[in-house]
Amino acid sequence: MDIFSHAGDLGHGFLATIEIVVIGFVGAVLIGTVIAVCRISPVLPLRAFGWLYVEAFRAIPLLVLLVLCVFGLPWIGIVLSPFWSVCLGIALYAGAIVCETLRSGIRGVPFGQVEAARAIGFTFGQSLRHVVLPQAFRAMVQPFGNVFIGVVLGTSLCAAVGAQELTYATKVLSLRVGSPLVWYGCAAVLYIVVTLGSAYIFGVLERRVRFQR
Amino acid sequence: MRGIEPVLFDRPGPRGRRRIAVATVLAVLALAVLVALAVRQFAVHGQLAADKWQPFAQWSIMSFLLNGLKYTILVTLLCAVISMPAGAIVALGRLSKRRWVSWPAAVFTDIFRSLPTMLLILVFLLALPPVGINLPTIWKLAVPICLTGSATIAEVFRAGILALERGQTEAAYAIGMRYGQVMRLIVLPQVIRPLLPLLLVQLINLLKDSTLGYVVTYSELLYSGKILGEYVHAPIQTYLVVAVLYMIVNWLITRLAHLIERRQGRLPRFRTGRVAAPTTVTAASE
Repeated sequence: MDIFSHAGDLGHGFLATIEIVVIGFVGAVLIGTVIAVCRISPVLPLRAFGWLYVEAFRAIPLLVLLVLCVFGLPWIGIVLSPFWSVCLGIALYAGAIVCETLRSGIRGVPFGQVEAARAIGFTFGQSLRHVVLPQAFRAMVQPFGNVFIGVVLGTSLCAAVGAQELTYATKVLSLRVGSPLVWYGCAAVLYIVVTLGSAYIFGVLERRVRFQR
Repeated sequence: MRGIEPVLFDRPGPRGRRRIAVATVLAVLALAVLVALAVRQFAVHGQLAADKWQPFAQWSIMSFLLNGLKYTILVTLLCAVISMPAGAIVALGRLSKRRWVSWPAAVFTDIFRSLPTMLLILVFLLALPPVGINLPTIWKLAVPICLTGSATIAEVFRAGILALERGQTEAAYAIGMRYGQVMRLIVLPQVIRPLLPLLLVQLINLLKDSTLGYVVTYSELLYSGKILGEYVHAPIQTYLVVAVLYMIVNWLITRLAHLIERRQGRLPRFRTGRVAAPTTVTAASE
């Protein structure tokens, strides 16, 4: 047997992993933003809802959430394909972390900056747009990189609930073709390339956008 | 007003307070509709029926789950006992001046931090037995968790050590201590105390990893839940109960971490620079 005749199967798994990562991460950013807005709003019930969401989804292990999404949801009439179930699970899970990242980024902006913005007559929207968010976003690049890497590593749990991705493809391939160590080695290299690569990209991005003081 | 970000909001005036009151009523209505929809979804598909939830009021059923929880905690503590000292050693190795020590430590952390635990589990479960390495079930679960866990914990320790004021080590070297003595007597004792809350966060991560017992068929909480759900024909209810049990345990550990963080009034002097270590629990829980 040779590696190259079966590399296509591994490639399909890799593509599926990338798809889950992209959909899960974008979903997490959307959910996290909504929850973060709830958590910092002056409206008490929304704040309570945001707090409950973050506490609940940060305390639940990802695999439990994926099992609930894949094997639990059909019982209450929500039938999704395994692919979309795991995307939903990952987005819900990472959404809580994104929310906390956004919040701590905003908290990191020195209070004097906002006071200064108000003192020169900026409205709420203006101070948010010109003063708070530009500084907050710059501080968030590195944490968002960590969230992204967490999502990449988290996708391999999808193999445990039967969604087809890189780890699942590796398992199937090694059971079908044999010589498992070769296939697991290939998968490991792919994971390392993606995680270290994205860490590098986020690092470059962080240096690019950093304020030179 | 408590809980509102001072960075974003001023104290609201009369008009602002009126708007907030209206928004509060609307938000309560919206959340009530959301909860009602969820409950309806359960009710329509017969998942609220008494016989689906009855089992969890019986002690024999709950004790089966609590037994699973016992094994979850056992595996977590086993992994913690191994990977925390291992992480500290790897971090010290990575900071060593000797290339033949620092280089392997750096390679170890970078590789095992970038690999999913699930993949390593499958390696120990499926790829290594044919080669003759067939560990007992608990170690098939614990060894991969320890490998990735110690790499992550090593980075926590490294950040903590780097954040310690340079004067401490310089003074120790100046009075004639060797590298090992400096690390053992000066650096680690000062670093462990402020890192304690962050190490508890890592404990939560180890506990979350222990759910992979589901894959290696080790009877920890999630796998027990799977067996039970098939036995009582109520999978979604069982998994929800399992999720709540996990949440309670993790929530308790988080509370403990916050408590320790608050009680540590007397922190060692840390360099306050741009690359300060993440010194709060919320900042480190990503």
